[in-house]
Amino acid sequence: MSYLELDNLSKHFQIREGLLAKPRTVRAVDGVTLSIEKGEILGLVGESGCGKTTLSRLIMQLLQPTSGSVVLEDERLAELSPAEIRHRRPDFQMIFQDPNASLNPRMTVYSALLESISARHPGIRNNPAEAQKAVAELMERVGLNAKQMRKYPHEFSGGQRQRIAIARALGTEPKLVLADEPVSALDVSIQSQILNLLRRLSRELELTMIFISHDLSVVRYIADRIAVMHAGKIIEVGEADAVFHSPSEDYTKRLLEAIPRIQWG
Amino acid sequence: MALLEVRNLKTYFHTREGVVRAVDDVSFDVEKGQTIGIVGESGSGKSVTCYSLLRLIPEPPGKIEGGTAMFDGMDLLSLGSKEMRKIRGNRIGMIFQEPMTSLNPYLRISSQLIEPLRIHRGLSKSEALDLAVAEMDAVGIPDPKSRIHSFPHEFSGGMRQRVMIAMALINRPEILIADEPTTALDVTIQKQVLDLIRTRQEELGTAVIFITHDLAVVSEVCDYVNVMYAGRFVERAPVKTLFREPKHAYTRALQKSIPATQEKGADLYTIPGLPPLLNREIDCCAFAPRCETQTKDQCLTDQRPNLVETDAGHWVQDCPGCLGPF
Repeated sequence: MSYLELDNLSKHFQIREGLLAKPRTVRAVDGVTLSIEKGEILGLVGESGCGKTTLSRLIMQLLQPTSGSVVLEDERLAELSPAEIRHRRPDFQMIFQDPNASLNPRMTVYSALLESISARHPGIRNNPAEAQKAVAELMERVGLNAKQMRKYPHEFSGGQRQRIAIARALGTEPKLVLADEPVSALDVSIQSQILNLLRRLSRELELTMIFISHDLSVVRYIADRIAVMHAGKIIEVGEADAVFHSPSEDYTKRLLEAIPRIQWG
Repeated sequence: MALLEVRNLKTYFHTREGVVRAVDDVSFDVEKGQTIGIVGESGSGKSVTCYSLLRLIPEPPGKIEGGTAMFDGMDLLSLGSKEMRKIRGNRIGMIFQEPMTSLNPYLRISSQLIEPLRIHRGLSKSEALDLAVAEMDAVGIPDPKSRIHSFPHEFSGGMRQRVMIAMALINRPEILIADEPTTALDVTIQKQVLDLIRTRQEELGTAVIFITHDLAVVSEVCDYVNVMYAGRFVERAPVKTLFREPKHAYTRALQKSIPATQEKGADLYTIPGLPPLLNREIDCCAFAPRCETQTKDQCLTDQRPNLVETDAGHWVQDCPGCLGPF
């Protein structure tokens, strides 16, 4: 049994176009079966509208599946009550594309990170010295200077802000991190720093991560395996290099051909 | 005589934190039908360069402090606002990064698309509408006759960017300025949009100034590339030369840091430090603090390096430190 399994997961939406029209079913996620080992980075690629976002919301337990289940460490999450799901929330964390939008501008780095840490250790708020130490450790882990913990997000550069967002995701000691386009809003020079950081963290903490991106060359570099999604289904899964260099599906080939490549003279 | 000759363009912003020298002495030429790329990190001044040419810099706080931009015998930088309006959207078109913010959500595509024709060419509504439908067809929007009356939100992101391209090209401009036109789109749509810009450019003979931070996109679409850092160009070369034999330390560092060039599992190269703040006068090599060449101690400390032509068509800043081997 794998660490995380998606077992024939589906999410259908009923869409009514016009008052009297018959409702139409959109199969946003349609029978996805996928397994991820502990410490693995799975790259998820596909065009917009393919169901990536719905799938990630299902995994994050933000949506109830129409059928199927998410199985984390042999536990079928779909069968849990909403209250129990709420207790599981710290197990799932997300890193978003734009740190300017995902960080609260009115919270210092300290309070943002403490909020995240206290989701797992509620008692820590009563012990300021302990709290400060935990925040400092977290900041140093992602390459931030712990002396800056009382600063606000706007006082940091774009790359540092993404580091704060990563630290916040790690604060709850998650079992699964879902990174949704974490580098596509960043400059080339900063992209490489964040990619290095994510790779180092996945090694050091045995972090299990789903890495969503439309940039296949980035996914090839960071992911152990790549899953290609099209029209709600996973159409191809395999070792990153294998999928990248010898894809078996026509759709994957078309996706790969669309990546702009550098012609080295 | 080039189609557009920009010489010593300087655009400064007068802010509370001092004078920000966003564009500081930039010169380049654009030939007819050519695609010129400007690459650089955010804040390097690439967008400000183009917005200065179109005179879209908010004044104040911005101010074009000097330089000329000769276009068909006129200096774009000193033209009156009435003359400028005759050029903008007519002889020089533009496409921006996020199509949803540059289309008016309250107006149908039809009224937005015929506006340039009505204003610049004085066409009647029905004439303009016919041309607009033809232009929508040319950029590959299916069923243009009925789709033209839709609102922007009824289009997908890629389709909206096609509408923007149609709008920018409808008056057959001599120059098209494209500011990160594909950054918000996913790969397959990006390819379609890049292909479309290229085919329309070939059909119409338009010159394109292409702003992006994506080196792979530059490699695919541009003829000439300018690499911008801290308000100046540090290197300029034909696209093939730039990737085959980059000379400046910054260009080489950028190329080293992209994942496509790395083996899986190897750490990516990262450029240390941050770009300099531009609210102080820089009187040395701006890249010196981040330079990691073996000769980095030779970076100029008493003056800014000049852009000089080392091989035919290949220009690079003459800072001895930045030209050494890694």
